[in-house]
Amino acid sequence: MSTFRSIVFASVIAGFIVGLIVTAVQQFGTVPLILRAEVYEKAAEHKHEASAPPQAILVHDHADNAHGAEAWEPKDGWERNLYTAGANILTGIGFALLLCGFFSVRSGATGEAISWHEGLMWGLAGFAVFTLAPGLGLPPELPGVPAAPLLSRQIWWTMAVLATSAGLGLIVFRRSAPAAIAGVVLIMLPHLIGAPELEHVETNVPSSLSHQFVVAVTLTSLVFWSLLGSLTSAAFAYFDRPASA
Amino acid sequence: MSQSQTAQAQHLPVATRQVGRLAQSLMAMTLGLFIVGVVGFSHIDVIHNAAHDVRHSNAFPCH
Repeated sequence: MSTFRSIVFASVIAGFIVGLIVTAVQQFGTVPLILRAEVYEKAAEHKHEASAPPQAILVHDHADNAHGAEAWEPKDGWERNLYTAGANILTGIGFALLLCGFFSVRSGATGEAISWHEGLMWGLAGFAVFTLAPGLGLPPELPGVPAAPLLSRQIWWTMAVLATSAGLGLIVFRRSAPAAIAGVVLIMLPHLIGAPELEHVETNVPSSLSHQFVVAVTLTSLVFWSLLGSLTSAAFAYFDRPASA
Repeated sequence: MSQSQTAQAQHLPVATRQVGRLAQSLMAMTLGLFIVGVVGFSHIDVIHNAAHDVRHSNAFPCH
């Protein structure tokens, strides 16, 4: 089997399983908090409507109509959860393809299959790169909490991910003191520059809820990356075994 | 892979096979990043609304 096919097969299987498990975990962890925050978000919108002068309401009504026709969104309940499951599976497959690419290069160089335990280590590196590092500057946010412009946050998030992965790469694979120092500096760099943030944040969402959400997101992500790392490596070792075996 | 292809692959120099493996791995990784990018970062409203809870749950920048 070609390497590409082995990677895709392993990633689709691992991503599908992990996506389903994480969807179940989210139903107990993050999703209830998102729904509770949306109650505050909607209450704030209504309060805004009630306190606005009649003319403003007219304008707002108009805007509401435009909003209604603007974009489709899944209905609350089963439909919404179904799309969440789909998006989780796709995210799982996407990150599995990334991990599996590394596994393939590594096992190609050493001639040995990646064990599930080594896969777990790679998964934990993914947790550090994609959750811990960007989450330090841009903590997981609930709906209804205002934040800096989206594009600026997406750019910072991407920079944090690139710098952290490059830094970890230098530390793990170069094994020299100057490389290790450069690696640590690289990991710190995006945080020294600072993530984009608003000067004044006004929100009705209680800070205790936001804090619970940070914990829930981080723990769910730990489950996601641990499972994805070990399952993807095990699946890839199965599909990538020599044709003679 | 058929037997003749397998035989052919075995006759290729190791370095060539390594390059093929590297290229295929990079292709898979690019595909993976593309999928994550669309699900987590696309500004298209419909994709945002469908993946809304996942973006929040993964701490991807949202809204």
